[in-house]
Amino acid sequence: MSNSYLDPGTAALSIRSLGKRFGEKVAVNGISLDVPSGSFFGLVGPNGAGKTTALSMATGLMRPDAGQVWIHGVDVWAEPMKAKASLGVLADGVRLFDRLSGRQLVTYAGLLRGMDRATVDERTEDLLRVLDLADAGSKLVVDYSAGMTKKIALATALIHSPRVLVLDEPFEAVDPVSAANIRDILSDYVSHGGTVIVSSHVMDLVQRMCSHVAVIANGNLLAAGSVDEVRGGMSLEDKFVDLVGGRGSNEGLSWLHTS
Amino acid sequence: MVAHLLKLKLLLLRNSFKRSPWQLVGVIIGGLYGLGLIAMLVVGLVFLAENEPAVIMMYLVLAVSAITLGWTLIPLVAFGVDLTLDPARFTTFTISRPKLAAGLLLSGFIGIPGLLTLLLLASQFLAWRVDPVALIAALVCGVLAALMCLALARWSTTSMAQLTGSRRFKDVAGIVAFIPLILLGPIIGTLAGGFESALSWLPRVAEVLAWTPLGVFAAVPGDIASGSVVLAALRFVLGVAYLGAVIWAWERSLHRAMETPVSPKTSTKAVGMGLFNVFPATPTGAVAARSLTYWLKDPRYAASIVIVPLMPVILWFASTNSGSSTVMLGVGPLLAILMAFSISADVSYDSTAFSLHVLTGVSGVADRAGRVIACAVFALPVTLLAAILPPVLMGRTELLPAILGVSLCALFAGLGVSAMASARFTYSVPLPGESPFKTPPGAGARMAVTQLATFGIMFVLLVPALALTVVQLISGDALFGWLALGVGLVLGVVFLMLGIRIGGRWMERRMPELMQAVMVNK
Repeated sequence: MSNSYLDPGTAALSIRSLGKRFGEKVAVNGISLDVPSGSFFGLVGPNGAGKTTALSMATGLMRPDAGQVWIHGVDVWAEPMKAKASLGVLADGVRLFDRLSGRQLVTYAGLLRGMDRATVDERTEDLLRVLDLADAGSKLVVDYSAGMTKKIALATALIHSPRVLVLDEPFEAVDPVSAANIRDILSDYVSHGGTVIVSSHVMDLVQRMCSHVAVIANGNLLAAGSVDEVRGGMSLEDKFVDLVGGRGSNEGLSWLHTS
Repeated sequence: MVAHLLKLKLLLLRNSFKRSPWQLVGVIIGGLYGLGLIAMLVVGLVFLAENEPAVIMMYLVLAVSAITLGWTLIPLVAFGVDLTLDPARFTTFTISRPKLAAGLLLSGFIGIPGLLTLLLLASQFLAWRVDPVALIAALVCGVLAALMCLALARWSTTSMAQLTGSRRFKDVAGIVAFIPLILLGPIIGTLAGGFESALSWLPRVAEVLAWTPLGVFAAVPGDIASGSVVLAALRFVLGVAYLGAVIWAWERSLHRAMETPVSPKTSTKAVGMGLFNVFPATPTGAVAARSLTYWLKDPRYAASIVIVPLMPVILWFASTNSGSSTVMLGVGPLLAILMAFSISADVSYDSTAFSLHVLTGVSGVADRAGRVIACAVFALPVTLLAAILPPVLMGRTELLPAILGVSLCALFAGLGVSAMASARFTYSVPLPGESPFKTPPGAGARMAVTQLATFGIMFVLLVPALALTVVQLISGDALFGWLALGVGLVLGVVFLMLGIRIGGRWMERRMPELMQAVMVNK
């Protein structure tokens, strides 16, 4: 992990000494991180590592106790409205306005951002089509499956063509075909200059998809850099287990053997 | 195993207090309120003992029947009053059926309503303190009657679960079933007028109820006190049989439900763009379209204004009882305040879906204004009707300007106050998709304080227009009526604008805090 940080103006997302505690528990312990512009950045860590907390603070959903965040040089906590304009976010564990139809919900997200109706309509149809929701678009979101809900939430994050996309667990409960489609959309988006930050705990996926990766555990940043730098010849999964630790021995449950 | 289930319920209760101290405060206040109520009833029981056994028996049978009926029906309306121990969560455990049933049933006593019911029904013995045998019988039968309450509640909710699986049914039934409850007060009030005549038929009703599951246990001590021991024994056996039958029926439907879980039916009806095509394509217009869609589709909103069409009816009952129709003139301002108040917890109702507003960085003013417009779309016509119709129909048109002024001021100023309140205060409300009448445990204290303060401020802002109306009523000078209209309208609009401005600024500044607050209520 290198100690020389980029200038906040050049990175897509810059985080400096970001910290948050809930009562006694330190959720995020002073993380500093740069996400280079145009990178496909994976954030990995075990359950409860502080991924969602860190991303919530980076996107303006949760006020940090300490530290600063910049999106393309705009301080998220000093000029939140300006920062949010170039940011698309898929938050994890939040509801949607699910008494709207999918089409209404995506339109709503576009209009809230002050876009004009014609553009919103055009992009909404495009998004529903590529996310395989064209038919479901006129159904209420409350009747969607978990995967469809994830996809429609992704559409609300894409509608204003943000410069930086932050996706918290985007592939959870999404079927393989849709996941492949979403990956194509994201790769295409990155190759045209966008920046994507995804959190995941599917290492294999991150290794194949991402150009950069950061590993956090217990609120600390353990490693960050390009995927090849971080994994150093091992598979990302092995390196991850190596970094995070906590693998038990294999002698555990002998009574579970059925014969 | 039964003890395990009871311990689990206690643990869950204790942990919910840890999560939010407000919940503990709410439970304590709810408990004190209930205890106060029970203390009053217990005093009544003590005095009741002075009467003849037949009279005591009649009152007790009627009262216990009413309580038992309440336990059977109210959970249906407020779907699943207590699902802390949801039977469905135990499907994967191999707990024997009788043990699970006993555990679930007894766990109902851990909680304010169950505990208070047990306390109240057991204290029936106070009414029988002159006869030791009847006293002991009353104690035993009181506990059994409380058990009957819980069993009937479980049975009615479980057997209705099949029906209530569909979202649409839940949405509609929850509200429709609540209407008679709201009207109960006025109806009883009117009935009480005919109390003398009721005395002639009440004993007959009690006699019948004493043979039904509702009142059978309450009648046993009375039989003993009047010396008919055989009748008492017969009724007791019958009561135990009823209890057994109810538990058996509940247990059966419980297992049918667990073995073949109902999958909620989903609607496949296509929805167009709806109101998004009606409102202008601006952030404010979009918020208004979204809010109004929710007013039409989310039963929680409909529930918050279900009182609106009933308000005139309640006031009409009140006015016929008091013999003066002046009360009806208050319909306009009252409805206006109630409807304005209905958006004071809008962010709480959004729940974590509010994150979309936070992430898109919509301006606070657009958010506030959109919500106000959505409410005003129907609140303004209703207020106008409620303000204009009563004076015209009653032939008191000279009061029309003043009433109109007060009503419009109430609506506009009220909306302004609500726009500020929902940006500043959140409290636990029923979550999206939950029964609109379900009160999250312990939401009471915080909710009560916030709501009281919101209402209080709305009334204070109304004082100038109200004062001018009073002056007109005293002096009879119509000029003051017109002044009330002018002052009410101007002040109302000013307060509305201020409310949206300040509320918008508060919301922008507090977006992450609001977000955390709704996350906790999740």
